[in-house]
Parts: sequence; structure tokens; C-alpha cells
Amino acid sequence: MKSLAELQAIKEKMKNKVVIREGGEEVRVVVGMATCGIAAGARPVLAAMVEEVEALGLSGKVSVSQTGCIGICQYEPVVEIMEAGKEKVTYVKMTAEKAKRVAKEHLKDGKVVAEYTLSGVKA
Amino acid sequence: MKELSLNILDIAENSVKAGASLTEILIDEDNEKIVITVRDNGCGMTEETVKAAQNPFYTTRTTRSVGLGIPLFKEQAEMTGGSLTLSSKHKEQYPDTHGTVISASFYKNHIDCTPLGDVAASIVTLVQGHPEVDFLFEHKTDRGVVALDTRQLREILGNEVSLSSYEVIVWIGQYLKEQYTENH
Repeated sequence: MKSLAELQAIKEKMKNKVVIREGGEEVRVVVGMATCGIAAGARPVLAAMVEEVEALGLSGKVSVSQTGCIGICQYEPVVEIMEAGKEKVTYVKMTAEKAKRVAKEHLKDGKVVAEYTLSGVKA
Repeated sequence: MKELSLNILDIAENSVKAGASLTEILIDEDNEKIVITVRDNGCGMTEETVKAAQNPFYTTRTTRSVGLGIPLFKEQAEMTGGSLTLSSKHKEQYPDTHGTVISASFYKNHIDCTPLGDVAASIVTLVQGHPEVDFLFEHKTDRGVVALDTRQLREILGNEVSLSSYEVIVWIGQYLKEQYTENH
């Protein structure tokens, strides 16, 4: 049974982690979470992305957050990846499975998954 | 929307955008009906905006001229014979008691009733996206109550650990799921 006391233990554990994190987050992953995104399936996409970033040990350099409608509703769920010094990559019509692949290939190995990008889908 | 839990996520996002420091998500369920209420202490809306918000061709967004969140939720309620009410106090007129309350009722046995779906996942998503504000969640049924109050969690975690930390998010998900297994 989960108890609030467990949170205390998590807090103690996290305190040490906070120090390590101070290198700063270099990559920002943003998931569209407006009506259009939610209706199209953004909730499991976000959950998969958060889980995979953690599983791949990338949480120190990658942050995963949410945003509103970015104006391409027909392509939702949309995931944008922003990295300093690089052009923004927009992944469209995402699923939880696709999100996991993007985490592995793009976020971990640095290779854009072209077939899931906006330009890849349009082409 | 395939699940009412997705409407809940969508409507609660509006509360956060309205600057609410506390958003309450209350589900009251019996054999016949589900009543979903989202109440916040955000900036509120003027009477005019309250009327307009139920119209799909109204939105505050600038990227697209159609706002579907509230009209969709309303239609889903009305399809089952239920209804949606929206009341709001704008901060200019009510500097101390401003905020918005949306309440929608659904008749569960109606063939067109959208399933409630994974409410726990929506709560987790809200906390992950908005760790700086508070959510009070309560789902009451004949069998018991499933509840989460982030103010309580925040008190334990203090300022140094964010509510959106992976460990905390996982804990919240499991905490809610366990309550659902026991009380539902």
C-alpha cells in the first residue's frame, strides 16, 4: 500500500539527485496538450516520453513539458524537440510507440527519426 | 473525446491557464449518474465570456479560431440526457472570490455515454505539466472515495523536490491506482 510516508523517502533520495542535475537541461521536449492534442491521443504520448527519458537515463539533460495548441491540429499529437544550436524538430501524428523510438534514436543517439517529422509526413 | 477523463484533463488545463493556484476536480458517481465538477480560483470570466465560451466559434487562442473544449464537453453531457453548467466570477468584479466552476452531468446507462476512462492518468498528466500549482481530486462512488491533494504532497516534499520529478509522478500514479483497486 502506497503511503504518504513513502514520499518522505523519495524526498531524501531526490535531494542527492538535485545536486547532480545542476549541469542544466540541454534538450527540451514539448508535447502539445490542448483540446486538439488531448483528443488525438497526447496523454499516452507524454506518459511514454516521460517514462522512456527516465529509462534511458536522460533525465539530467532532457526536460519533458507540455504546451498548448501550436496551430497544426490535424497533425496532433505533436512533439517538438528543441536543442541549443540546432533547428527545432517537429514530430507529428505521434503514438506512445513512436515516442519511445524518438527517445531512443533522437534523444539518446542524436539521430532524427525523419519519417515521423512534419516534413517527412508531408513529403 | 474517447474518455470523459480526457475532457477532464482538457477543462482543467483551462483552469491552469486562467492562473488558478488551486484546481479542484470532483467526480460524484452513483448507479445512474456521473457528475464531474472542475472548480478553480483562476481569473474567472465576465458574463459575456461565459456565454461565448459555450460557443465553438469562440476561443481566446490566437493560433486557431475555434475553441472546442467546453462545447464538446457540453455536447457529450447532453447526448446522455445530462447537462453542463458554467458559472464564473471575474477578478475585476470579485477581487477576493474569483474563479470558475464547470459542472457536467452524464446518465451512465444511456447508450451514448462516453466511458469515464483512466482518470488517474489525467491527474498524473496535470501534475506533471503544472507542478507549481495545486490540484485537489476526489472521486466518490457508493464504494468509497479515491482522493489526492497535491497541497499535502507539497508539504512533505518541501521546495527542493518538484511534484513533477519522475519518482513523485510514478508514486502519484500508483497511489491513485491502488485506491481505485481498493475502493472501486
